[in-house]
Amino acid sequence: MLERIGAPSEEALWEAIPEQFRVPGPLPLPGPLAEYEVTRRFERWAAMNADSSRYACFLGAGIYDHFIPAALRALISRSEFATAYTPYQPEVSQGTLQTIFEYQSMIRELTGMEVANASMYDGATATSEAAHLAAGATGRKRVLVSAGLNPHYREVLRTYSAAGGFDLEEIPLSEGRTAAARVARAAGEGTAALLWAQPNFEGIVEDGAALTDAAHAVKAYSVAVADPIGLALLRPPGEDGADVVVGEGQPLGVPMSYGGPLVGFFAIRKADVRRLPGRLVGVTVDLDGKRGYVLTLQTREQHIRRERATSNICTNQGLMALANTIHLALLGAAGMRDVATQCLERAHYLAERLAEIPGVLLVNGNAPFFREFVVRLPGSAEVFVRAALERRILAGVPLSRFDRSRPHDLLVAVTETRSREELDRYADALAHWAKSRTDSATEAACRS
Amino acid sequence: MNVPKELRYTKEHEWVRVEGQEAVVGVTHYAQSELGDVIFVELPAPGTRVAQTKSFGTIDAVKTVGDLFAPVTGEVIAVNTDLKDNPALVNQSPYAKGWMVRIRMENAKEIDSLLSSENYAKHLGAHA
Repeated sequence: MLERIGAPSEEALWEAIPEQFRVPGPLPLPGPLAEYEVTRRFERWAAMNADSSRYACFLGAGIYDHFIPAALRALISRSEFATAYTPYQPEVSQGTLQTIFEYQSMIRELTGMEVANASMYDGATATSEAAHLAAGATGRKRVLVSAGLNPHYREVLRTYSAAGGFDLEEIPLSEGRTAAARVARAAGEGTAALLWAQPNFEGIVEDGAALTDAAHAVKAYSVAVADPIGLALLRPPGEDGADVVVGEGQPLGVPMSYGGPLVGFFAIRKADVRRLPGRLVGVTVDLDGKRGYVLTLQTREQHIRRERATSNICTNQGLMALANTIHLALLGAAGMRDVATQCLERAHYLAERLAEIPGVLLVNGNAPFFREFVVRLPGSAEVFVRAALERRILAGVPLSRFDRSRPHDLLVAVTETRSREELDRYADALAHWAKSRTDSATEAACRS
Repeated sequence: MNVPKELRYTKEHEWVRVEGQEAVVGVTHYAQSELGDVIFVELPAPGTRVAQTKSFGTIDAVKTVGDLFAPVTGEVIAVNTDLKDNPALVNQSPYAKGWMVRIRMENAKEIDSLLSSENYAKHLGAHA
């Protein structure tokens, strides 16, 4: 190759870089490997992971181990989908535009709202954009945030609010739920919105109607951050009058992948469509009267409206939104209800079994929950999680990661993919561990 | 060239019809023909105070969004709500049905700083 371009040596290629910036001598890298050696090396590293295909995964906190049908994986890998770019030219992008239109229609149905956009980066940014929309629409700045929102989402909200568009005020949870009375006390004339999650971060089902009413009482927006699987069973916030419904679409056919890529959904009432961030696909007819799809209301977007745009997102998570669409189409309403029901039943079965273990308490025991719950252990949750690894169980997310005052609390998620055997294995593991904890505590007490 | 003689104009292609202490404002025939199909007009709520030369709203065409600049300072006392459902009125009838806002002027002398129809036509001639 050097000969071909007429370069005397490899070093000659770097001549344009001043001598003082060049690294002297060869780089401290290991030598080249043959392809099979590279493969073996990566396989060895991969085998060190405790991944969900070999460990029973009870991790949640925003990303869940739901089943992804093989048909979905096959369709998503098609190059027409995986390599397609933004459908700015409708005449050559009808396939892409139609699937986005179907996606928007399904999200509308799931959330009970009038308009859904082509998707956002993730649930966290969708939530922040919703706060921004509410502030702009109401002309107010105070955004009330339930402490039931995912802590990562609250972190992202704080980043967005630092830009000055809105201020945040947190509403603490009361026994695991957001109390409408507390919202009513905090809300006032300057309140732009109430942000609440359904179910919330600790898995509890919130009273959406009461929270929406509390927001509307001061003419603020009710913004629901909803789980899409939960929406198959729980009443869609749109039906209770929520003004914006957003959430994370990962549970719908997107792999966990150590945290991404993710995909946010964003649904509103038609009256707010001029403030809708992101892309929107519409259906129309061409000159011959044939149905066609186009990106519509593009003058909202930053590439046209520039500094007057209400948001600077000018993209969507096309491939992940497509995964959501295929997933919803494959399962259908009945299949989605089935999945949600199995999550509910399995989570409750495990919660009951764990609550029976001496020393283990189901926190917020009286509140209704969907697919996740918090248990308080007779010892450090982090320690139990490490011990459970030996039994090939990813036991859950210790809440101490978000709140140092809760070292014994563990957030446990149970999806439809957790078998009876795995649930029983978890209960046995915790029973065994809890016993050794209380035994040693008793011993220590006796000795002293 | 469609530049009614009785109106006054800004360099940014707004027109003004003076009615006593009030000014009715819209965009000119030239403006709408350059923009193409108008699909949305964002106007201030009645009661809003606008300042001469400052933006008081936007006009959206399919591929572009432009500012609307206030030709005079004052309070918006009426807004053409027909434009909400039928923004095309701006294209069809820019000087009549496509009017945008009615402003109660704080200082009627500001009218003197606006272009006459001859000077606006000259301004357009320089453009072409």
